[in-house]
Amino acid sequence: MTRIDDTFARLSSEGKKAFVAYVMAGDPDYDTSLEIVKSLPGAGVDIIELGAPFTDPMADGPTIQLAGQRALEAGMTMDRTLELARAFRAENDTTPIVLMGYYNPIYSRGVDTFLTEAKEAGIDGLIVVDLPPEEDDELCIPAQKAGLNFIRLATPTTDDKRLPKVLQNTSGFVYYVSITGITGSAEASAADVAPEVARIKAQTDLPVIVGFGIKTPEGAQSIASVADGAVVGSAIVAQIADGKSPAEVTAFVKTLAEGAHSA
Amino acid sequence: MTEQLNSFMTGPDEKGRFGDFGGRFVSETLMPLILELEERYEHAKTDPEFWAEMDFLWKHYVGRPSPLYFAERLTERLGGAKIYFKRDELNHTGAHKINNVLGQIILARRMGKSRIIAETGAGQHGVATATVCAKFGLKCVVYMGAHDVERQAPNVFRMRLLGAEVVPVTSGRGTLKDAMNDALRDWVTNVRDTFYCIGTVAGPHPYPAMVRDFQAIIGKETREQMQEAEGRLPDSLVAAIGGGSNAMGLFFPFLDDKEVEIIGVEAGGKGVNEKMEHCASLSGGRPGVLHGNRTYLLQDEDGQILEGSSISAGLDYPGIGPEHSWLHETGRAKYVSITDAEALEAFQLCCETEGIIPALEPCHALGHVMKAAPRLPADHLLVMNMCGRGDKDIFTVAKALGVDMSAMG
Repeated sequence: MTRIDDTFARLSSEGKKAFVAYVMAGDPDYDTSLEIVKSLPGAGVDIIELGAPFTDPMADGPTIQLAGQRALEAGMTMDRTLELARAFRAENDTTPIVLMGYYNPIYSRGVDTFLTEAKEAGIDGLIVVDLPPEEDDELCIPAQKAGLNFIRLATPTTDDKRLPKVLQNTSGFVYYVSITGITGSAEASAADVAPEVARIKAQTDLPVIVGFGIKTPEGAQSIASVADGAVVGSAIVAQIADGKSPAEVTAFVKTLAEGAHSA
Repeated sequence: MTEQLNSFMTGPDEKGRFGDFGGRFVSETLMPLILELEERYEHAKTDPEFWAEMDFLWKHYVGRPSPLYFAERLTERLGGAKIYFKRDELNHTGAHKINNVLGQIILARRMGKSRIIAETGAGQHGVATATVCAKFGLKCVVYMGAHDVERQAPNVFRMRLLGAEVVPVTSGRGTLKDAMNDALRDWVTNVRDTFYCIGTVAGPHPYPAMVRDFQAIIGKETREQMQEAEGRLPDSLVAAIGGGSNAMGLFFPFLDDKEVEIIGVEAGGKGVNEKMEHCASLSGGRPGVLHGNRTYLLQDEDGQILEGSSISAGLDYPGIGPEHSWLHETGRAKYVSITDAEALEAFQLCCETEGIIPALEPCHALGHVMKAAPRLPADHLLVMNMCGRGDKDIFTVAKALGVDMSAMG
């Protein structure tokens, strides 16, 4: 059992949907970012998705691209990202952290070294956008062996024939990408998402969390009502980009969490 | 290794790998499209009708075969190897890029796709894509780094004349790498009707193999033409490398002819040094994963991708096709680099001795020829791929030489 499994067990016993918040590690700088991350559980965030900055985030829209650029310009590195996770974990031993990013910074570090360090830093799961099941030998299988969940994205283009392959080595939860597109683009609709979530749940017992294109408390509520939870990223990152204080960001996150939890 | 020694022409494997390089490092949204593309390409590749259409258009629309031309005065000037140019700059649209674009667009039409997207650096691939889209009445959107839009203005205007939408990309430093990111973002958003026409031998499998196969016409013709001209194979092949499609096209049909020396020339920018003011991925980079494949990349110690630097927009890319990375590691091909200054010198020499204004990209290959040829015997047959013409570059060259074109007269 990982912290992710424990979290879903708790939510299930409380009859609640999960609220997952994404922030970019080191955006706008290390200290502010750590302060925001530390405040998330208190705002109702069940799982923290921590973005690892990368120069070439091909699956992300401008909001998250720019957040990564700000973090890198402020001196963020994989070392510092792991340090941030460790600093959070020193005060909180229950809220899962899922590291989300791209493969090259991990590959560059060396997969085994990275996995040992990530586990030690208190990271619970990985979402690596550019590693489809076809490349499972690279990181997915070593990560599972190291005791980290490897959370896969399923998308509207993942047809029934392909779905078992996508689910096969997934653990923790399944992240359903609600739209074909990049993060922070078109608004997701619950009517489109519901049958897709049902299609995935017919083939797995894992929780299905939906992200991409959720921007408001109402959106979080309507999407969470047809899934096991909702992820908001760009809308939170946009607040940070606007120069909002950590307290203001947390207040906004709280409204999103309440939206998802009221589903 | 035994199998590799038997043949260098069997790759990629079923995972899209050339040794450890290549692969399919893309998001799940794109994965089903890439698998479909692979299936459709595998089918087309063995379909005589597909190649009949290609051959017809290569001949009547592109103007193939391109000549294999003996550069006599250049040979005399350099005083060594006998230098031939493979004249792919004479193709319609002025570069080798159209060889590949035709193949991909014919495939896109077979797949029922109505919208074509492309990335472009120097603008040659963008122009070729816009051209073939105009011919077939397809919608065309070209992503081009904002910095490149500025330094390649004539090609931007050409693309617009041809009815393409040119989208300036401002993310990153606004060069080819960033244009490719935005093209991938477009593709992931418009998966159902859109075909991504990649301009080089990079990207996720099957692109590196498919683009190579379409460009291999360069090497196939060269084999035949050299047989005709000299009654034997060339001794060495030299081609410039950004992503590496013109080079792969020339090299591929010769990979198993062990006696043919193969040399790829990377863009050395201001010099291959720790400041990374160059685009020489093999000489100055290390393996990493970007744009769907594992290959040599310019990157910092944390795995962040670095922006390269080159006078030639077409070579300004921090990666290289995965097959080149493999040929480099196996030692089958040798890779060197040529600086901006050396390329400029080659540009002028080619204009003066041969009456050919070359693109800045092949000037890098020519820069190496200038160094290598004088040390070789007169019976050494050297083929350099003249992969593009330099009309687009005269403004850049004038600036670099300190010439004010508005004051001509």
